[in-house]
Amino acid sequence: MSAPDPAYELDVELSVNGEARRARVEARRSLAELLRDDLGLTGTHLGCEHGVCGSCTVLLDGEPVRSCLTLAVQATGRAVTTVEGLAVGDDLHPVQQGCLECHSFQCGFCTPGVLVTAAALLDEVPDPDEATIREALSGNLCRCTGYESIVEGVLRAAELRREA
Amino acid sequence: MKPPPFAYVAPDTVEGVVGALVDAGEDAKILAGGQSLLPLLALRLGRPSVLVDMGRVPGLDTVRLDGDALVLGALTTHARLGRDPEVAGPMPLLAEVAPLVAHAAVRNRGTLGGSLAHNDPAAEWPAVALLLGASVTAVGPAGSRTIAAGDLFESYLTTALAPDEVLTEVRVPGVPPRTGDAFDEVSRRHGDFALVGAGARVTLDAAGVVVAAAVVFIGVDGTAVLDEQPGLDLAGRAPTPEALDEVARAAADRLDPHDDLHATAAYRRRLAATLACRTLVTAAGRAAGEARP
Repeated sequence: MSAPDPAYELDVELSVNGEARRARVEARRSLAELLRDDLGLTGTHLGCEHGVCGSCTVLLDGEPVRSCLTLAVQATGRAVTTVEGLAVGDDLHPVQQGCLECHSFQCGFCTPGVLVTAAALLDEVPDPDEATIREALSGNLCRCTGYESIVEGVLRAAELRREA
Repeated sequence: MKPPPFAYVAPDTVEGVVGALVDAGEDAKILAGGQSLLPLLALRLGRPSVLVDMGRVPGLDTVRLDGDALVLGALTTHARLGRDPEVAGPMPLLAEVAPLVAHAAVRNRGTLGGSLAHNDPAAEWPAVALLLGASVTAVGPAGSRTIAAGDLFESYLTTALAPDEVLTEVRVPGVPPRTGDAFDEVSRRHGDFALVGAGARVTLDAAGVVVAAAVVFIGVDGTAVLDEQPGLDLAGRAPTPEALDEVARAAADRLDPHDDLHATAAYRRRLAATLACRTLVTAAGRAAGEARP
């Protein structure tokens, strides 16, 4: 047969922020838990843990996904980008710089998910209008800001990218 | 970890998936995109013994034309349905409906086949499959069979698929001439499951008279409801706003929606009438040659 027997524990090998990582995990472990608990990347936040809040959003092969609704084993062989992977050394990613300048965050819990979602948006749509930004971020809940400052931050990020 | 423990296997062929399902017995579940299954497990509403991940089977995400039919692999994501010109060209309704499904991050993982096999009563794809006369290919231990959408969706979260069968492909027949379609829904927040949704399809003859019409509803019963009575009621008539409104109201009156926390049955019926009328008008306009936005 083409597959081994079902297992409760499996080896996962994946690229995280450009680095090859591996871990042995329970089958039921989410990608978010792998990142946070096995790999120590606690920048990815877990809110609702059933796909509603968007806090745990990471990029899987460049596309935003819920890391709480992706099993760690499903990420084997794939490339994950977390919020820790946005900045290059001390140089903030444009979405980080833009959101910093526009005071886009208060408590910061939703921030990692918002930043990676916005980064993926700007890769696809470098010059988004406000409606496009709101649509792209509609799966990321923020309970502090009322979203205005987040949208401003992403617009500023698009500006920064154009200037760069 | 919130889900109950389960064993996991990811075969790389369809036969391997079926073999793993047979070996694991009735408590096994197929994992496609996981965007409905994993929340259910996180809430411990399901307790599968084994998850058989079909995501490692190559070729199940292909999109191709077969004559004028569009054939979509079961693992085609909602996101791709929304952006791939090879989908939007032959079947623009699929591209129009895709953005109504959840949020972008869910659309990047969730699959067409998974949505059809899960059969949530408020999901869009079962209704669209019914409206467009789609069929699916199911592969099991005895081989493969074709199931028409009309025979697939049985009741709440239940389909005609056997526990050891895997849905591999969705086939949408070509759009007949002078045919238009449309879909619309009302949800409490964008990206939520719809309170009520409706779709319509209208075919006109060369003189602009209705020769076929159907409406479909979600969120009003245990599974999507296809109503072909509008075709009989409108046959031989011009698709005037008054005629379409009349058949939309009649279709809504045939529904038996439920009360819940979010909406009363009466409100759901009103939404159904409004949305059916709106989509019938749009579909009739498109059948007469109006361009899509």
